[in-house]
Amino acid sequence: MTTSSRTVTNLDGLAERLRGEIGADAVVTDEAARRTYECDGLTHYRAVPALVVLPGDATQVRAVVRACREHGVPWVARGAGTGLSGGALPAADGVLIVTSRMRRIVEIDLANGRAVLEPGVVNLAVSQAVGGAGWFYAPDPSSQVVCSIGGNVAENSGGAHCVKYGFTVHHVTGLEICTSDGELIWVGGGHAAEAPGYDLVGAFVGSEGTLGIATKVAVRLLRQPESVLTLLAAFRTVSDAGAATSAIIAAGLTPAAIEIMDALAIQAAERAVACDYPAGAGAVLIVELDGPAVEVAQEETTVRRLCEGSGAFEVRMAANAAERAEIWKGRKSAFAAVGRISPSYIVQDGVIPRTALADVLTQIDALAAAAGIRVANVFHAGDGNLHPLVLYDDAAPGQYEAAQRVSGQILDLCVARGGSITGEHGVGVDKAAKLPRMFSEDDLDTMQLLRCAFDPHGLANPGKVFPTPRLCGEPPRPRASGDDLLRAQASVGIEAW
Amino acid sequence: MVDKVLAPSSAAEVAEALRAAAADGRAVQVRGAGTKSHWGGTSSTVDTVIETRRLRGVTAHEPGDLVATVGAGTPLHDVAGVLGLAGQRLALEAGSPTATVGGVLAAAEAGPLRLRYGTGRDLLIGVEFVRPDGVIAHSGGRVVKNVAGYDLGKLLCGSYGTLGVITSATFRLHPLPAERAWVSCPVSSVTELPDLVGRAMAPAVHPSAVEVNLTSASGTQGTLSVLVEGSAVGVPVRAEAAKQALGDRAAVGPEPRWWGQYPFLFDAIALKLAVAVGRLGTVLDALFAAAGPDVTVRGSAGTGVLHVALPGGTAPAEMEGVLRAVRAAIGGIRYGSCVVLAAPETVREAIDIWGPVPGLDLMRRVKDRFDPQHRMAAGRFVGGI
Repeated sequence: MTTSSRTVTNLDGLAERLRGEIGADAVVTDEAARRTYECDGLTHYRAVPALVVLPGDATQVRAVVRACREHGVPWVARGAGTGLSGGALPAADGVLIVTSRMRRIVEIDLANGRAVLEPGVVNLAVSQAVGGAGWFYAPDPSSQVVCSIGGNVAENSGGAHCVKYGFTVHHVTGLEICTSDGELIWVGGGHAAEAPGYDLVGAFVGSEGTLGIATKVAVRLLRQPESVLTLLAAFRTVSDAGAATSAIIAAGLTPAAIEIMDALAIQAAERAVACDYPAGAGAVLIVELDGPAVEVAQEETTVRRLCEGSGAFEVRMAANAAERAEIWKGRKSAFAAVGRISPSYIVQDGVIPRTALADVLTQIDALAAAAGIRVANVFHAGDGNLHPLVLYDDAAPGQYEAAQRVSGQILDLCVARGGSITGEHGVGVDKAAKLPRMFSEDDLDTMQLLRCAFDPHGLANPGKVFPTPRLCGEPPRPRASGDDLLRAQASVGIEAW
Repeated sequence: MVDKVLAPSSAAEVAEALRAAAADGRAVQVRGAGTKSHWGGTSSTVDTVIETRRLRGVTAHEPGDLVATVGAGTPLHDVAGVLGLAGQRLALEAGSPTATVGGVLAAAEAGPLRLRYGTGRDLLIGVEFVRPDGVIAHSGGRVVKNVAGYDLGKLLCGSYGTLGVITSATFRLHPLPAERAWVSCPVSSVTELPDLVGRAMAPAVHPSAVEVNLTSASGTQGTLSVLVEGSAVGVPVRAEAAKQALGDRAAVGPEPRWWGQYPFLFDAIALKLAVAVGRLGTVLDALFAAAGPDVTVRGSAGTGVLHVALPGGTAPAEMEGVLRAVRAAIGGIRYGSCVVLAAPETVREAIDIWGPVPGLDLMRRVKDRFDPQHRMAAGRFVGGI
């Protein structure tokens, strides 16, 4: 956390240079103003960035990144700051590049089903821009009213509907990226489906800001489905709801969303938004069907039958947007709603094979009971993505530690069942130490080869994703040598509390 | 000169083979069924060939999770057989019937279903591969939703064996549809293609594939065929909707004979076009104008990815003219590409088979990190990688 005098000198010169290059109003040096960027959605980790810049376009991003490269200063990209793994946690001796001024929808090309966006464009704004014409942008993370497309690219964001539609990586067809050398490079097919060469778009999406910063994003747009229908089924127990999910999948259906909330999550949602779910429900299952009207009508009958067969005591249906919003209200508010039943909570994100659902939930219950804390469960049942909300009271001694322990044990459980430590929130700074649970030293070394190709000096979001700093060594082709990486990673200045 | 052909039966044996090759500085080429050995540039030297045929079989299949793990040397056809028993499928097809999973991934092959399900990179959720230095590495996993670590599987898809040897792949699966139907209509002019595709994509149709088969021999005549998949009740209704959308001359019929097959035979010049759908008319117009009377175009009009067969005897200078005209009509790297998959040696050496490649310098840096001695399929890939 110590900031060397050399770094300070570097940064002083850097701020002055950037004022000249991108304008004084785009360079923030004031301490109080910088502090407003000290964390993202994962507020346990904080670090005040040495400098904050607000570039207005790709060329200004390039100017910033080039200056950082020449001054040997690390940098972190930040979109809306809604990330839940600390991926946008600033480097204390580095520059934070905030994309909030890059909000132009550059192009909407419905003839080719594409939009080209600046990274600061808000996710929902894309579907809003094309909705009137009957199109939409599929990835819809819960934070979609505020989160940015650039952040979605970094995190490979999913959402409730990715069980059918896939993640951000399935919908990005081209990127303009600024590498840590300060080059603006176009990769991918853009308006076409593919491009010759390595799939650099696929490699970049989900790299959590460690390979560079996206300055333009080409996305695939889809036609709105002819029919959308949402069902809410109430069950006595979570395992009944899980059995219904398995039955739906086994019947060959691919719903647009399959979500489960347990009793505690329902209780929280009722208190927060009065969602009026069926009384006495130990779990609710939300199933959204979309597609051609004739298929959706068929599937509705099947889903109803399967839910009732698995013990649903009430099934509600929403056939229009208003009714649908009513059903989703409880689910979408669930994370925040938990604040109504607990002073603090940890949002966990883990994945298990869908078939292990009932088993793992029982084990989570046991872990929570043993630790004397409560866990509310909200999850994307269709793809086995769990979001246990581990509740605790900061004021009660030892509770935070207990919650942390349970939260970690849940991830261990996911890994033990052949799952993942993160389905959509990312590794960031929060889970970097857990990555070796899933990958061997060799696996991580191999991933580092990609990192070194894009960012040989380790200036892009250092200290994230990977557990230990790794050197790139001599680039196979002669480039400026760098001991920058060591310095950068030794001085990220992460403050955990 | 190839003086060693190995057929390892495990990732560990592949690793051993690659370590030995690395120690002796030997150049390596990977081979599955060999259906695409003639694709891409000519490898400058190959000393060792590693065949994947013994890395065979569906090693894990969990129907309830819709996930399967498959050895790289497994023919795609075998995978379909195993999964079909559980009413499931890997929604990945190849125009070369005997192709293996590893080969299909490495050459980025995909069939008609790419419109709905994407390509190998979209279906692959985990990969095991061996680096050129003989280190076994993994990325992804066995669950559909997973953002832990870099997704190296995507990098390997379409890499033509230049970064390492894929030994095993884990895929997300889809349920087999209960019913399928094809609706076809004649295409009298390529300029109507974008409009026809747009109509076929109507939400009430929601096609799984929109394919086209065109030939210039009969004055650019051809067929657009739409595949509708779903329930026994839904498919007839949607096929009728497709008929309505495509106009008077559309009809429901059996699977077209050319469906999912490449238009080229072994000795033809084979191109792959990936163009913005809205420009299909312009680009094909340019192709037919430049390429003369004996050209067949086939593939996914819905995604703008088409394969083209030109006579094997086309002269290098003539090919150069065709490529120049088509690439100009495409209108730049953000609107598509025209790649020569296969051509006689004399033609390949005279032309730029890949055309402009977005991000080539970055690709070179990736190659340099993974294979600093450039021993894996050297020269076969973009920019001579």
